[in-house]
Amino acid sequence: MTFGTDSIYREIILDHYQNPRNRGTLEPSDYSYEDSNPLCGDEVRIDVRVKDDAIDEIAFSGQGCAISQASASILMELVDGKSLDEVKKIDKDELLDEIGIDLSPARLKCALLSLKVLKAGLYGIEHANAELDEI
Amino acid sequence: MSITQAPPETEHAHESLDGAVVKADFPILNQPLRAGQKPLVFLDSAASAQKPQVVIDAMSDYYARVNANIHRGVYDLSEAATEAYEDARRKIATFINAQSPRECIMVRNTTEAINLVAQAWGKANLKEGDLIVFTEMEHHSNIVPWHILAAEKNLRQAHVHIDDEGRLDLDEYAEILRQEPKLVAFTHVSNSLGTVNPVKQMIADAHAAGAIAVVDAAQSAPHLPIDVQDLDADFLALSGHKMLGPMGSGALYGKKALLDAMPPYMGGGSMIRKVFLDHTTWADVPAKFEAGTPSVGDTVGLGAAIDYLNALDMRRVWAHEREVVAYALEALQDVPDIRFFGPTDAQARSGVVSFALGDLHPHDISQILNEHNVAVRAGHHCTQPLMKALGVTATTRASFYVYNTREDVDRLVEALHDVRRVFSGLPSSTTAAARADGPCRQEWDAKTFDG
Repeated sequence: MTFGTDSIYREIILDHYQNPRNRGTLEPSDYSYEDSNPLCGDEVRIDVRVKDDAIDEIAFSGQGCAISQASASILMELVDGKSLDEVKKIDKDELLDEIGIDLSPARLKCALLSLKVLKAGLYGIEHANAELDEI
Repeated sequence: MSITQAPPETEHAHESLDGAVVKADFPILNQPLRAGQKPLVFLDSAASAQKPQVVIDAMSDYYARVNANIHRGVYDLSEAATEAYEDARRKIATFINAQSPRECIMVRNTTEAINLVAQAWGKANLKEGDLIVFTEMEHHSNIVPWHILAAEKNLRQAHVHIDDEGRLDLDEYAEILRQEPKLVAFTHVSNSLGTVNPVKQMIADAHAAGAIAVVDAAQSAPHLPIDVQDLDADFLALSGHKMLGPMGSGALYGKKALLDAMPPYMGGGSMIRKVFLDHTTWADVPAKFEAGTPSVGDTVGLGAAIDYLNALDMRRVWAHEREVVAYALEALQDVPDIRFFGPTDAQARSGVVSFALGDLHPHDISQILNEHNVAVRAGHHCTQPLMKALGVTATTRASFYVYNTREDVDRLVEALHDVRRVFSGLPSSTTAAARADGPCRQEWDAKTFDG
């Protein structure tokens, strides 16, 4: 168990929660997907425009706890401009490294919701579930 | 007795309960702490209460000295186990003032009790087009069994809504009763809002309209005196684990005449009179509804929990919670941006306080409270229709019980101030406390960043 409030609500989480990057929607978009986390009721939608097999524009929208919304914002910075092949290789550990906090299993679902939504949108839900170890 | 206000005072009731003294009986609340860690403040008893040592000992003693399968074993252990089980049933019957222990069916929890009524009474007594009624503030366990039954039998449903203060709209209830429903189901106390419903009057009104009344007492039986004869409830369901007993124990009260006329819920051992190759005849109640080996050890534990509650005196339990919740409602006003759900009058609610803090998500609030070792629940509390009526997806809920004190409330208030500090970017008090605590801090750093 972590100890100390800054263990989870570190500056990076608060910064992205309060000043989200690429927040909004893209219409029309090439890829669009949304999902929710039944535990917290978190909702995340991600819209993507692709150019030359790379992410040209990306935006997220939704609502929920600070972890889910900050992680979506962090994910935007991580993937913007990358090729679809590169994005496919991003796994949950890479996103968690970016977030840089120690999370309980329940809150991991909050943190990984945005990655699940992005992967499901770009490569299909089965790929996303396999990637995130869900059955 | 109708419990919409404090029960009549007796000599005994003048001595108030001391939460700190009660807390000493609960080993889980007195565990060794890590360096710098504050004692646990447990404010989630509405989900499940903690267990006093006497309950843990009773179960342990049952398995160490008494255990054997009950009924029909003609040897000492089996007879002792049967007696322990039936003794617990008698305690439950007395606790809710049932006319006879035969009116108390042992089940795993309130959910199972309500499903039993829906599937056994409902299937036998309801037909296509019949109207059933429940309320917007019900726990899913008093909604979903009715949805399943309504779909199976093609029943009509009507729902009683809540007003702005989270109380049932009794005018709407009266109007619905004029449509002659066959069954009404409602909670005695709301698990999300703490609202205490006027169940005695609601039951009388239901009877006048020709309906039977099913009462969900999961949130009332642990907290206030229950008298099923005075309430005139047809069925009443409770969970042992919310009233200091073990998980897996619970009871369904039903009027004997109703139970006698009902078909069984599940088939199997113990619930039969005679089994032939092509048909079965049923045992008398309560055995008719207790197929298979029951949770004897858990039921014995519930019996011990009832002894413990009786020793505290349920009138004092109720008075203690009134006092703590009144103090909480006042002390929490000190936290800026807090907004309460449910009745504003502390006397019209149980020991449940649901709230919002600005636009912060309840899971973020409870996570930070956890870092202060304050345990609350955040979520929809299995009341999604109610959350929708309140216009939220979730609330943060603090619930109080016999072992809670004013000091626990103070710790909650202090931790909520820290939640606000964290989200306004100011230094958090636990951050400072953790830094001041060298070894623990280092251990945490190592675990988080190098591990």
